[in-house]
Amino acid sequence: MDVKELLMIAIGSSLVSNVVLSQFLGLCPFLGVSRKTETAVGMGAAVIFVITLASAVTGTIYEYVLKPFDITFLQTIVFILVIAALVQFVEMFLKKFMVGLYQSLGVYLPLITTNCAVLGVALNNVKYEYNVLTGIVNGFATAVGFAIAIVILAGIREKIEYNDIPRSFQGMPIVLITAGLMAIAFFGFAGLL
Amino acid sequence: MTGIITATAVVAAVGLFIGIFLGLAAIQFRVEVDPKEELVLEALPGNNCGGCGFAGCSGLAAAIAKGEARVSACPVGGAEVAGKIAEIMGVESEEMNRMTAFVMCKGTCDKTASDYVYTGVEDCKMVSFVPGGGAKSCNYGCHGYGNCVRACSFDAIHIVDGVALVDKEACTACGRCVEACPKHLIELVPYTAKHLVACSSKDKGPVVMKACQTGCIGCQICKKNCPSDAIEITDFLAKIDYDKCTGCGICEEKCPKKAIV
Repeated sequence: MDVKELLMIAIGSSLVSNVVLSQFLGLCPFLGVSRKTETAVGMGAAVIFVITLASAVTGTIYEYVLKPFDITFLQTIVFILVIAALVQFVEMFLKKFMVGLYQSLGVYLPLITTNCAVLGVALNNVKYEYNVLTGIVNGFATAVGFAIAIVILAGIREKIEYNDIPRSFQGMPIVLITAGLMAIAFFGFAGLL
Repeated sequence: MTGIITATAVVAAVGLFIGIFLGLAAIQFRVEVDPKEELVLEALPGNNCGGCGFAGCSGLAAAIAKGEARVSACPVGGAEVAGKIAEIMGVESEEMNRMTAFVMCKGTCDKTASDYVYTGVEDCKMVSFVPGGGAKSCNYGCHGYGNCVRACSFDAIHIVDGVALVDKEACTACGRCVEACPKHLIELVPYTAKHLVACSSKDKGPVVMKACQTGCIGCQICKKNCPSDAIEITDFLAKIDYDKCTGCGICEEKCPKKAIV
């Protein structure tokens, strides 16, 4: 496994097959927490943090627990269990040792438990037969892709606030249209690799 | 068959491991929270309505534990919750006067006159801008288009016969209707206040007479008859001092326009 291949995976999962805009995972926080750039950055940071950790843990569990016992078909259930526990643990850990980070991540940390992007990355790692290290890189890159997408959308939404939007498009419709246009724009990365 | 058993055993083991691990972590990483704060949080209603102005019940609990908020700061819990919290905090429950919103107008459709028929936007703020301050002859009275009803989160105020009426039991005195009323007709009064002037008209007697059958004309009868000197008349409008009022009911009885309830 050389650096070049890791780099390819990183670019591939952060831009080309962006988790939100091309895989359509994690749409709930993408639409829900993108009202202000500030909160979007917080959410993005929390997602990067959790997905990277979760990729490491689920990768290890898959490799050393599920595979030896030949019960890989239970991956979804075990991953959900592990991710939920992990988020709980991270929250406790941060509360004790990094109060500043805990307060800045705030409510987003527990919210991520229910973010399907986290589970999606863990399952993708298995699907593409990544080992633990590659899985971590893929997880980190995917989360960075999520952060990029949510911050861009938040920036656009802040500008949209001042626009004169037809009544039928006010609120969520215009956000969904914006997200759709962003997805088309991200489609342009398809030729990158 | 063995597959099922292995699967069950492994998932159970993983679950058990996680459970023990999280349990130990909870003890290991326990952050000292002010025990008072936890108790206060338990005593609060827990709806996280934000009526107190803090970010949910936990925010208020933290503020109360630190002494930054009053023990009676929860508008929903009322005297009961305030009493419990006062006990936890070890302070005398400050005189917890439960308040309630009161609409100072009882000019229902059959009691008031109209200058014209209004068929425009049904919104009190809008009506305030139409000629004559709305169709109602009285320029101080309730429009009855329900801005207060829409502002209320507790379903405690309703339009009855064209005038807003507060359900005293449901009212939590959050003050949203007070802000919503463009006529400033709603005020927070003590829950125990027995007699209230249900009129806000500052017009002179004859003007009120023409506009409303039950408006205060500033005749001074209530003031003269009040044994505890609790009524003041300013701008042709009676005002009861709730601290002085003993609730004898003479004013209500004597009021020629039945404006006191």
